[in-house]
Parts: sequence; structure tokens; C-alpha cells
Amino acid sequence: MPSAIDSAGIAVTYNDKVVRQFAIMTVVWGIVGMLVGVIIAAQLIWPDLNFGLPFLSYGRLRPLHTNAVIFAFGGCALFASSYYVVQRTCHVRLFSDALAAFTFWGWQLVIVLAAITLPLGITQSKEYAELEWPIDLLIAVVWVAYAVVFFGTLAVRKVKHIYVANWFFAAYVITIAVLHIFNNLSIPVTLTKSYDIYSGVVDAMVQWWYGHNAVGFFLTAAFLGMMYYFVPKQAGRPIYSYRLSIVHFWALISIYMWAGPHHLHYTTLPDWAQSVGMVFSLILLAPSWGGMINGMMTLSGAWDKLRTDPVLKFMIVALSFYGMSTFEGPMMSIKTVNSLSHYTDWTIGHVHSGALGWVAFMTIGSLYALIPKLWGEKQMYSVKLVEVHFWIATVGVVLYIAAMWIAGVMQGLMWRAVNPDGTLTYTFVEALKNTYPFYAVRLLGGVMYLSGMLIMAYNVIKTVAAKQPALVPVAAPAH
Amino acid sequence: MNSGTSAIIAVVVIANALASLWLIWWTNKSNAGKAAKETTHVWDGDLTEYNNPMPRWWLWLFIITIIFGMVYFWLYPGLGSFAGSKGWTSAAEWKAEDDAAAAALEQRFASLKGKSLAELAHDPEAMSTARNLFALNCSTCHGSDARGAKGFPNLTDNDWLWGGSDDAVLQTISQGRDGVMPAWGQVLGTDGVEQVIAYVMTLSGKQAPADAAAAGKPRFEAICSACHGMDGKGNQALGAPNLTDDVWLHGSSVKDLRETIANGRTNHMPAHLERLGETRVRLLAAYVLSLSHPPSGGSEAPHAAAN
Repeated sequence: MPSAIDSAGIAVTYNDKVVRQFAIMTVVWGIVGMLVGVIIAAQLIWPDLNFGLPFLSYGRLRPLHTNAVIFAFGGCALFASSYYVVQRTCHVRLFSDALAAFTFWGWQLVIVLAAITLPLGITQSKEYAELEWPIDLLIAVVWVAYAVVFFGTLAVRKVKHIYVANWFFAAYVITIAVLHIFNNLSIPVTLTKSYDIYSGVVDAMVQWWYGHNAVGFFLTAAFLGMMYYFVPKQAGRPIYSYRLSIVHFWALISIYMWAGPHHLHYTTLPDWAQSVGMVFSLILLAPSWGGMINGMMTLSGAWDKLRTDPVLKFMIVALSFYGMSTFEGPMMSIKTVNSLSHYTDWTIGHVHSGALGWVAFMTIGSLYALIPKLWGEKQMYSVKLVEVHFWIATVGVVLYIAAMWIAGVMQGLMWRAVNPDGTLTYTFVEALKNTYPFYAVRLLGGVMYLSGMLIMAYNVIKTVAAKQPALVPVAAPAH
Repeated sequence: MNSGTSAIIAVVVIANALASLWLIWWTNKSNAGKAAKETTHVWDGDLTEYNNPMPRWWLWLFIITIIFGMVYFWLYPGLGSFAGSKGWTSAAEWKAEDDAAAAALEQRFASLKGKSLAELAHDPEAMSTARNLFALNCSTCHGSDARGAKGFPNLTDNDWLWGGSDDAVLQTISQGRDGVMPAWGQVLGTDGVEQVIAYVMTLSGKQAPADAAAAGKPRFEAICSACHGMDGKGNQALGAPNLTDDVWLHGSSVKDLRETIANGRTNHMPAHLERLGETRVRLLAAYVLSLSHPPSGGSEAPHAAAN
């Protein structure tokens, strides 16, 4: 492949250093975040596991878990893949090496500050936006730098058409900035305490406008960007349908914006807003499935490769879980279904079928494709261990979500059962008691999933240890 | 909401739905039905795209959900302040359900009205309802067996903080109670607290250093007797516990007693009349009394948790 030459006649290489850094930290933070998840799953069975220490209490570790897996594990995966993909598909080096390095160290600092402040109980008490205002400001600065690097690279691209993966990454970078800034508007009182500028139901609505679009743009659109590069690359097949990607992209990003109110059914949120949230969540089904169809049909000429390539197995299972949870989500947004599912472990099951099944499987598959390339290797140190990781993770996620589905529906039914004399048939503690076996199965699933990550860490260390990082020249565009 | 805001919401909602339909039509109109045409785009050496037509079932799924949404917005509130043709509101739906439930209960409880607590205690159906009410409203603090816990009174032992008459128990459940033991650490001093502890322990026949107990007696009579009485038998009008019966609400260890006397205790029983209504409060009072007054004279009290 001919390569790009700079003015001094030296071949320009891709900036893969920052990609390598983010890729390694994805594995590290994945293990940390999932370990905290396993600990709090165990605390739900054995409450004494907090050892009476406030910083190990469930209420403080739970936001640490969610922030670690979403923003540390998922965030590092997205930085790594978006930086890798935007260079390859624009045929240029990153717009600014210095800003890219700043985003890496800045983002790691955010994560470390989160890992310190959340166990100390320093929190805004907004779900998935717990971090206090100084950290929020740091996130905003890092994110603006990210936007400059990403859009700067797009601006100097050497190809006319912007590759579909970059549409999704672009939508995610812009939207997360808007969501983060508006949801975190607050009045600081001290360095570790601030008051939200919103109150009451307006606060709740802003929070879930943010919360659901964090799912929509951080955990869906951006990972579709990852999917649109790594699936066709790994399968060696063209994307199935260009026009399908146009329709589902624009429909997805416009319709997602409305879906937040479905988190507030049967609350003091006005009826009209609840209806709008429910209706657009239903309309979101087809645009969500557009991405699944495009990914699956891209694999359709290469089904035989699934027999031998565990990396593709991760990707096809990721797409399957994506399709399943984007069907489940609209169903749960219907008011009558929501009246059963809301506040139960069904919600926990739903979010983990998306997080473990879709987000993490797509990340793991992409990392297994990416890491060897970053160190000039053909494949991972052990393909066999990738296969082992695939099966242990698949069984783990199935155990997890099946347990939570059953537990959730059971809780919903027990909570609403009423005797003819107007009393509830079950006390709360009876429903809790019946949930214990499912908590145990969930813990087992989580331990299996974490074990898979440890196998991955070993495989990654063996793949990259003592290897020279690859210097890859920027490829000249085809036309 | 004002009409301007309402109009903006309606217009933006409908515009987004129509834009989706237009997007489907626009991307579908050219080359419809032609298969597997590759675009000329190439990235990163080997990334290319087909331009296959969109699956028909998927397009229909998309269109049907949009149509469903628009019909829903016609029937139900959604488009700003337009109430929807059915005039449905969640508040009205809740009120209808609540009214129906209240009417059903009214009918069910009709035969129980005006019955004395003793009569209610002999009515098996009433007591079955009362057991459920206890499990849902009282067991969180008093335990599903009603035997209480540290800080939460045992209701089965016929030892009453605020009185065990029908009226006293009804009053406790209806209006709640606030039991306050002041902190005496500052007044008594460290030695004084230890002396009073020793004396209080002897009141219930527990072992305590005799000299300390003797020194504690005048202190008790000067300070504690105001509520607990000279003889330490308490005062139900104030909710002051009897200290001579070896029943200990906040524990009987020296450490527990030191905390109680030096730092005080505050106990709160919430009011239930407004939440449960007259009939259900009477059912609960009858049930609670039946735990310490077996209805058929001498046999075992019905247990709170039937299972």
C-alpha cells in the first residue's frame, strides 16, 4: 500500500501511541470496574462485606462501579477506537499529538479522582453524573480537547467521503459535551459540594435526558462507530447497505433525544412528557435495529469464519445482545409494562444485557483485533485463550441477565399482589428473601465475566510484552 | 403551559416523525429493488460498502411504529397541552382505581364497624386481615413475631410503656408516641452515672456493686424519680418505663445503660390514623392486644407470623 510522504520526504506514521495507551487502560479499568461490580453483587447477598467501613458501603461503591465501567472502561475503549479509526479512515495522522496526549492523561486523572472521591462520599447524587463540580470542569476541558483532535482530524482528511463509523463517533463527541455541561450546571459552595441549578421534577427530567442519552450516545452510537469499523475489517466484507446506515444514523440520533422521560413513568412528570418519552422509545426500535442488521448482514458472506475466529464470535454475539436489548428497552418503556418492571431487578438485567452483552463484547472483540496490530503482531498470543474468554463471558452474561429477568418479574408481581382485604399479599422482605437465589446466580455470572477479563489481561501481557510498538505509515487514499 | 410552548412541542414532535418518514422515502426512492450495488467509496485499503436496499420488513416496522405513535398522540396527551381525544390523565386513572378499592374495602369492613376490640379479636377473618396489616405496617420495627428489638418494644409481653388499655393502645397507633429520655451525663458527672447505673440494676434484681448502688439511690430519687417514680415503677402517662420488671428497651448491659443515662434516648412511634383509617387502626389494636391477652383464656396467643 503506498504511504503518505511529508514535506521532508519521510513517511508519516499514524499516532498509535495514544491508541496503545487507551487500549491497555481499557483492560485495566475493565478489571477494576467489574471487580467492584462483583463486590457489590456479593454485598447484596452478604451485607457484612462492607466490614462496617463507610467507604466500602454499597451506596458509595455502586456509583464507583457504574462510573468505572461506563466512563473508565467504556470511555478508554472509545478513545482508543475512535483515534484509531479516524486516522485510518481519513488517511491522516491525528490532528494534534499534544492534545491527544492531554486527553489521555486528563481522562486518567478524571478516573483516579472519581476513584478517590466516590468512596469518600463526595457526590452530586445524580445517577451516572455523581462527580462533583471540579471534576466536571476537568471532564469538560478534556472533552473539548477530544473534540478538537477528532474534528480536526476529520477536517484534514484525504478522502472525500466521511466513513460511517466517524458519523457515529462525531455524534457522540458533540452530544456528550452538550449533555454533560447542561446536566451538571450547579452552584459551587465548597470544593467538594455544589447545588444543582435545577429542582424538583425539572431536575429529574434533565437528569434522565442526560442519563438516557448517555446510554444512547456513549453506549450505543459510539459503540456502533466501533462496530462499523471492526466488523467489516475482521470479516473482510463490505458494509451491507450504505443507505440503511444513513437512515438509521439520522433516525437514531434524532429520536434518542426524546426517550428520557420513560425513566419517569408514573411520577409527577406531566403526562404529555411521559407519553412523548414512551412513543419515541417505541419508534426507536427500528432505527436501533438498523445497526444490528447492517452489522449482521455484513457478516453474512463470512459465516464460515465464525467457526475459526473467536474475535468474530465476540462481535456477532455483541450484535445479538444489541438487537435483544434494543427490543427489550422499547417494550419496557410502554407504561403498562413499566409499571411492572420499574424499580425491580429487571432493569438491572436490561442494562447489563446492553453493557456486558453489547458494549463489553464489542469492546473485547475490537481490542482482540486491535492490540496485535498496535504491536506489529498478526494475532493475539493465544487464540485459544480468546476462545476460552468468549465462552466464559457468554455463559456469565447469560446467567447474569436470566437471573435478573426472573428476579425482576418475580419482584414486580409480588409487590403488586393484593389480598381481597386490601392488604399487600407479600411484605417487602418476603420479596427480598425470594430474590437471594437469583442474587447468587448473578454473582456467579459476574465472577465468570470478571474471570474472562483476567484471562484477557494475561493474553494481552503475553502479546505485547517485550514487543516494539508498531510504527504504521499513513496509507495513501485509494482515489 | 402557555400556548406558544405547547405549539413548539407539538410542531417539533410531529416534525421529527415526518422527517423520519421523509428520510425513509428519500433514501429508498433511487435504485429501489436493485441488489448489492457497491458504492465507489474505499477507506483504509479494503473498507468498502454495498448499497443494498433496506429490508422491507424493517421499513414496515419503522413506518408502523411511527403511525402507532401519531395515533397515540391523537388519543392521549403528548402534543403539548392538547389533552388527547380520550381525555385521559394519569391522575384521573389513579383516582378511579383508588375510589374503586376504597369502595370495595368499605363494603368488606362494613360488618366490622362499631365492634369492640374484644369482639374483633374473636373474629377470625378480621384477625387474618389484621395480621396482614401488622406484617405490612408494623413488622418493620416490631418484628414479624411482634417481639420487637433493641429500641423497639416487644408487644407480646403485656409490659406497656404507654398503657395496655383499649384506649391507650388505640391512641398509640392512631396518633403515635414520642418517648424522650433526657441526657443526664452533664448533671450526674461520670461517677454519678455509674452510681445510678448500679442502683437501676438492683431495681430489677441484677447484680451490682452495693456501695455504688447505695450512692446511686439518692441521686435516682432526686432526678430520675420525676418520671420513673420513687419506686422506679415508671409512669405510663409519660411513657416512662418501669425499671423494676427486668424488661429493657435499650439493653441492660452496663454499656447500654451508660449510653441511656448519660446521652439519653429518643423513641418515635409514627401516627397511623391518617394513613390507615379508623377501621384498620382498630383491627391493629385488637390484634396487638390479642398477642398478650389470649382471647380464649389461657391458650397460646395467635402468632404474628402465621407461617
